[in-house]
Amino acid sequence: MYTETAIISDNTLAGPEGELVINVGPQHPATHGVLHLVITLQGETVKKIEPHLGYIHRSIEKMCESLSYRQFIYVTSRMDYLSSHINNLGCAICVEKSMQIEVPQRAKVIRVLMSELTRIASHELWLGAMAMDLGAFTPFFYAFREREMINEIMEDSCGARLTMNYMVPGGVMYDIHPQFREKTKAFVKQFKQKVVEYDDLVTNNIIFQNRMKGVGILSKEDAISFGCTGPVARGSGLSCDTRKIFPYEVYADVDFDEVLETGCDSFARYMVRVREMHQSIRIIEQLIDNIPEGDFQAKTKAVLKPPKGEFYQRVETARGEFGVYIVSEGGTTPYRIKFRSPGFSNLSALDHMARGSKIGDLMATMGTLDLVIPDIDR
Amino acid sequence: MHNEAIKDFITGVATSAIFDESGEWLTVQAEPAAWKAMATALRQSQFVFDYLFCLTCIDWKTHLTMVYHLSSTVYRHTIVIKANLDRSHPVIDTVSDIWRTADFHEREVFELFGVVFSGHPDLRKLILPDDFEGFPLRKDFEDPINMIKL
Amino acid sequence: MFSLEHITNEVQNWLSSNFSSGWVLVWECLIVIVLTTGLFAVLGLVLVLMERKVAAQIQIRLGPNRVGPRGMLQTVADTLKLVMKEGLTPDLADKFLFNLAPFLVMMVAMLLLAPIAFARGFQLWDINIGVLYISAVSSLSVIGILMAGWASNNKYSLLGAMRSGAQIVSYELSAGMAVLSIVVLSGSLQITEIIQSQQNGWWLFKGHIPAVIAFVVFIIAVTAETNRAPFDLAEAESELTAGFHTEYSGMKFALFFLAEYINIFIVCAIGATLFLGGWMPLHIGSWGGFNHLMDYIPSSIWFLGKTFLLIFLIMWFRWTFPRLRVDQLLALEWKYLLPISMLNLLLVTLIAILGWHF
Repeated sequence: MYTETAIISDNTLAGPEGELVINVGPQHPATHGVLHLVITLQGETVKKIEPHLGYIHRSIEKMCESLSYRQFIYVTSRMDYLSSHINNLGCAICVEKSMQIEVPQRAKVIRVLMSELTRIASHELWLGAMAMDLGAFTPFFYAFREREMINEIMEDSCGARLTMNYMVPGGVMYDIHPQFREKTKAFVKQFKQKVVEYDDLVTNNIIFQNRMKGVGILSKEDAISFGCTGPVARGSGLSCDTRKIFPYEVYADVDFDEVLETGCDSFARYMVRVREMHQSIRIIEQLIDNIPEGDFQAKTKAVLKPPKGEFYQRVETARGEFGVYIVSEGGTTPYRIKFRSPGFSNLSALDHMARGSKIGDLMATMGTLDLVIPDIDR
Repeated sequence: MHNEAIKDFITGVATSAIFDESGEWLTVQAEPAAWKAMATALRQSQFVFDYLFCLTCIDWKTHLTMVYHLSSTVYRHTIVIKANLDRSHPVIDTVSDIWRTADFHEREVFELFGVVFSGHPDLRKLILPDDFEGFPLRKDFEDPINMIKL
Repeated sequence: MFSLEHITNEVQNWLSSNFSSGWVLVWECLIVIVLTTGLFAVLGLVLVLMERKVAAQIQIRLGPNRVGPRGMLQTVADTLKLVMKEGLTPDLADKFLFNLAPFLVMMVAMLLLAPIAFARGFQLWDINIGVLYISAVSSLSVIGILMAGWASNNKYSLLGAMRSGAQIVSYELSAGMAVLSIVVLSGSLQITEIIQSQQNGWWLFKGHIPAVIAFVVFIIAVTAETNRAPFDLAEAESELTAGFHTEYSGMKFALFFLAEYINIFIVCAIGATLFLGGWMPLHIGSWGGFNHLMDYIPSSIWFLGKTFLLIFLIMWFRWTFPRLRVDQLLALEWKYLLPISMLNLLLVTLIAILGWHF
């Protein structure tokens, strides 16, 4: 893991040419996990950022090769643990696509509702962590107040708070909890009341705006070239919302806007996520009273055996486009699985975005990328 | 934008390309040597394949197959390009100068499959420790400690 | 009526009637040492607990509530933990400077306590250049921080120390200017005289808008000088893990921690003294009855009340604002605060010369 630069940095204070090489991570408050960045500094200015990954690499793709089509979905909850529902959903849809399983309408609506709740929960956590990267602790607790309600809703229906494992090929694992509607409505009500506080505390704060505006510039062309997706790309004005472009489940039937900002800076990415939470609330409001009656799961065989072939499915997680690429040989286990994780591509743009900025801006930019390390390492 | 137009264009660039339309997207089987020219042409063509959203490799035990999923952010069409590589000396040209996202993805494939990307600016291990031996995602990889046979 | 002045006079009288004048000085020195150390310990415990409780209230949670009644002994337990922890010194650190730094920072905080008037007639050292003394000594703390950062042989520490150096040196200017404006108004450098000059009203109210501006500048500058958020760049945890005290552990870390809180107390005490009349009760013009009532509240309560009000204000800042970036921090000082406070000083001088203040 330690390359030449990292070893130099351990022994001497000054690197070559009077530059300072420091290791940010793998244990560092701003990396939100075990990301390791070797950054070269000239004074306070960042000259180069070199990510070193793999501290939480579990070779999930290899593991999936020996798991059945029902089992491997559960491993994906452990990748992007903040959007575990959506990861599961992507895998479930991919398997359904290969097997041509028809999912009941009720399950589809439940899946979308859960996905949107997950998206809000993930953005809430991001908001808190982002503010923490900027040195403000309080927004974290405000964000968690609302996130806790979502977690309770999830807990009722899925029995889990983080690694949900709720989506299965053919539908969802259980029916929704009897209180699901009621609690979700209560959440929507509370969210609408309290979201104003975020604006007061964070968005309209002059220090916050000065820290975010004009920082971490990522142009639209670069966003495409780096394969950025999700709020990172949409903050650069790139329309890339999979829910709109390649609608899956019932996204084609609900009314919502793809959030686009053209600022290309950290503030634009921030605004995208905040406005996306409102769009998710909009989707939930449309669907919560219209969950159709019926089965929550299609009848499927106990052992799934997709035909020989290659299947790809992309879904929009809170971080961007998550792709599942299944190569099947017709057996009970996949021959090869590739997870295209949004964080991996987004992280690759970090060096480009933060080069030449100050250390503080590097942390802020990294915050707006919303990195989840297991998602990157897989 | 129809697959026929894309097929015509690709045939113009690389005559040896074989097409397969049985899957969800148009799949092109390309020669590794012709890949770089084809990639450059696709990126600059009127189809604007500016978005490389997935880059991976499959070990077929007899050979390795590089798989590139290309898409256009303008026209939203997608093609899949495959290139078969020799398993003992897998070498293919890098496309990290065309799509910068390939930088990380190629490094990942390099360490997990052992594919060498000639012309890559910084081909080092990204995820695994520097002293790691072997290519974990190849089918013949053995690790008696960490791998549990099911 | 309860009065600290009364007690000190009793002690003084008793000592001088029993010992020769030389021994009286020795005994008084001892009493002062014991009291100061005690005050430090108590202040540290109280302020840390207060910070945690204030933070908890702002962050819609409860804060410490397990150790002792309503969690009041939490900081005692924390201190115990820190005392028992091993004080590590990194291998390649400059051992002498590394161990000296926390004590230096602490000593500076202790020295600053000398000219502060805690109550009517309750002051360690009523030096005639009290304000100058405070400005001079408070700038020494940066040496301790630079020392800690350099000696740790840690790049995070070094970066934090350099930031801290740039920050404290810059913000001292506007803090000094703000203090000067009160010196100009009251016409004295001596703390007692500054307090006396506020008998009929605090400078914050008497000095018109320029005094308010000076007060605001003073609060911003001292927040920066004590390395508190939003100016906590020296220990910005999301950037530099813990800044200049990254390598410190155990009691050495506790000394830094303590010094930070003592410094907050001191700057707030100075702010209260200069702008809010120190131990002077709140008097409003000709409201005889009201003024008389206010006089019944002991002067020490007035002083502590004002000080803790300012401390609360500074804590409130910390839990509300995000951190500034290093260039924004310096731009704020050199481009905004310093010109404003210079202009303000001119205005204050004009007011003082023309006698426009009340």
